[in-house]
Amino acid sequence: MQYTFIALVENKPGVLNRVASLFRRRNFNIESLAVGRTENPEISHMTMVVDCPNGEVDAHKLEANLYKLVNVIDVQDVTHQPSVTRDLALIKVKAGPERRAEVNGLAEIFRARIVDVAADSVIIEVTGTEDKIEGMIELLRPIGIVGMVRTGQIAMMRGVNDGVRRIPGGNGNRYEEDVYEMAEMTP
Amino acid sequence: MKLTGAEILWECLVKEGVEVVFGYPGGANMPIYDAMLNYPVHHVLVRHEQGAAHMADGYARASGRVGVAMATSGPGATNLVTGIATAMMDSSPVVFITGQVAAHLIGGDAFQEVDVTGITLPITKHNYLVTRADEVAEVVREAFYIARSGRPGPVLIDVCKNAQVEQTEFVYPKEVKLPGYRPVSHAPKESLEHAVKLIEKAKRPLILCGHGVLISGAEEALMQFAVKTQTPVASTLLGLGAFPASHPLSLGMMGMHGEVHTNLAIQNSDLILAFGMRFDDRVTGNLKAYAPHARKIHVEIDPSEVHKNVAADIPLIGDLNTVLTDLIPLVDEYDHDEWLKQISDWKTEADTRSIMNWPNDDKLYVPHLVSDIWKATGGNAIITTDVGQHQMWAAQYYALEKPNRWITSGGAGTMGFGLPSAIGAWFANKDQEIWVIAGDGGFQMTAAELTTAVQEGANVKVAIMNNNFLGMVRQWQEFFFEKRYSAVDMLTPDFVKLAEAHGVPARIVTTREEVDKAIEWARKTQGPVVIEFRVEREDGVYPMVPTGASLDQMIQRPVRVED
Repeated sequence: MQYTFIALVENKPGVLNRVASLFRRRNFNIESLAVGRTENPEISHMTMVVDCPNGEVDAHKLEANLYKLVNVIDVQDVTHQPSVTRDLALIKVKAGPERRAEVNGLAEIFRARIVDVAADSVIIEVTGTEDKIEGMIELLRPIGIVGMVRTGQIAMMRGVNDGVRRIPGGNGNRYEEDVYEMAEMTP
Repeated sequence: MKLTGAEILWECLVKEGVEVVFGYPGGANMPIYDAMLNYPVHHVLVRHEQGAAHMADGYARASGRVGVAMATSGPGATNLVTGIATAMMDSSPVVFITGQVAAHLIGGDAFQEVDVTGITLPITKHNYLVTRADEVAEVVREAFYIARSGRPGPVLIDVCKNAQVEQTEFVYPKEVKLPGYRPVSHAPKESLEHAVKLIEKAKRPLILCGHGVLISGAEEALMQFAVKTQTPVASTLLGLGAFPASHPLSLGMMGMHGEVHTNLAIQNSDLILAFGMRFDDRVTGNLKAYAPHARKIHVEIDPSEVHKNVAADIPLIGDLNTVLTDLIPLVDEYDHDEWLKQISDWKTEADTRSIMNWPNDDKLYVPHLVSDIWKATGGNAIITTDVGQHQMWAAQYYALEKPNRWITSGGAGTMGFGLPSAIGAWFANKDQEIWVIAGDGGFQMTAAELTTAVQEGANVKVAIMNNNFLGMVRQWQEFFFEKRYSAVDMLTPDFVKLAEAHGVPARIVTTREEVDKAIEWARKTQGPVVIEFRVEREDGVYPMVPTGASLDQMIQRPVRVED
């Protein structure tokens, strides 16, 4: 299953390498990674989408290891948290004058924009959730996609952050209530 | 006042309380070595940079302070790598300072240029590349803070040559600014209350005491907790010494070569209290069958260790000493007489196979030798080891009563660790008796440091357990590869002559009668000493849990059939 993590990191040389190296070292595959500045120029925001074959166990492992990096200021697994996620794609479609209307129509439905027109092709800019972009790609494919570039997902938590740095696994018992029942043992 | 980057480096080291550094000069760190002459820091010139890394590590483990090792760029720095990984795996606070080519040459494959921060990224807690003199003070301050706080570990500082010679205003930073690094101390109160509920209900509780107990200085709190709740204490390899071996609640070492009764206790426990340990595979055996009846409370400072190998029912993330101090007033006094009796019965049964009961057959067995050294030194010496059979025997038979006397490469399992780490430990505590228990294989890997020991007058006693085999690999080949011995039969040099060539007095011991005399001779001789013990070639370490087996499936020492 895919998990989404947000990390606030110090904007310093080599930090991206530290994060990427951690994924390699702990044997995880990054599906997408987007990095950019925040309102504070000293802090960058990373959104990572990672395949976690063992579900929660892997997600905890990743979150906790990211937390350990000295340059990582905060990290959170937002997979099950209320958050807004967006992806931006530029899609170049083969479309001469005779098909532009069709492409334009599709773009309107998806609230996408045509940002460049050449003699035999157009570039469409579309933002949204991954599902929406995938949906649009499916419809454009028969027309003829000649190139595509995507930013990867960016995510932001809803509401105001309380500024408290969460410790992965440190906030009490994350397991069922029956933890207090001592296991029966056969002698 | 303006100082060079190299001078600022030494100013900062002195302010951190550094009295000794272990290192090796070269082209890219010559300004550092030049500036060193003006500062009250003793430099130990090693014979190979790996030795410097292990010495700084041994110093750190024996003193509880940060060790410092230095090397030049390129091959000097890469020679440190094994030592850095060793310190990383065993959470040892060491600051490594390497020279690097001038900043404008970086990336150009200059002479002796190697991407050291790249190489050491996964084996350091953190590392730095310093390209300007005005970065030095802040970086050194941060490096020491990171190395010793939280879960300690190695930090590497790679200093470009231009940063060593450029001058800048020296301002010692008042505080470190690390927004992403805030080690926790207290565990949340509600988690403690959850833990207490489990402790109250437990009938067969068991404490697993790890290296974290020593690092956190929680020996006293552990004793109070164990006695108050009458909970027996089993130890990991690196936790040995945190709880006195002679205490009635002490169960000794757990795991692959742990005691039979200890492993049985784990498998039958209903509540495991894991204190500062990380459920290494050598400790758990088959994870699926590990402690199947037990709830687990995991007290650990590093959140990434919780749920990593064994899922914790109650994780308590914080500094162990703080958490235990918070926890002790919340628990009542209990007695677990029935459980303790059960464990003691297992022990009595297992002890019948002990090699210590064997009559003298004129052969030398390492367990006997370790026990003889233990008796002679009153169990009070610092013991360092290499890796392999002798290491396990030393862990089993040198019963430690006091903390910080056991220096061994646990996580990384680095051969050649024994001698250099002992020299480092000697610098931490020159009045302390120090013994290296080494194998013939591991000793040869760093034997050149004998000269360093002589040059420094390091009072370390080296006992080489020579079986002319790479013993542990041989034992595995015997058990798991149908005794097809592959590349383990090892010719050793004449260790007595080798030692004497270094200026070290040495003896060889081949019979039991000579053992006590040789040990006494070594203890009375000032400075480094080597004793080569010619031991039984094909003895095995028992008990042994084969890889992939559960802890209760132990191979025990065969019962001896009298001739």
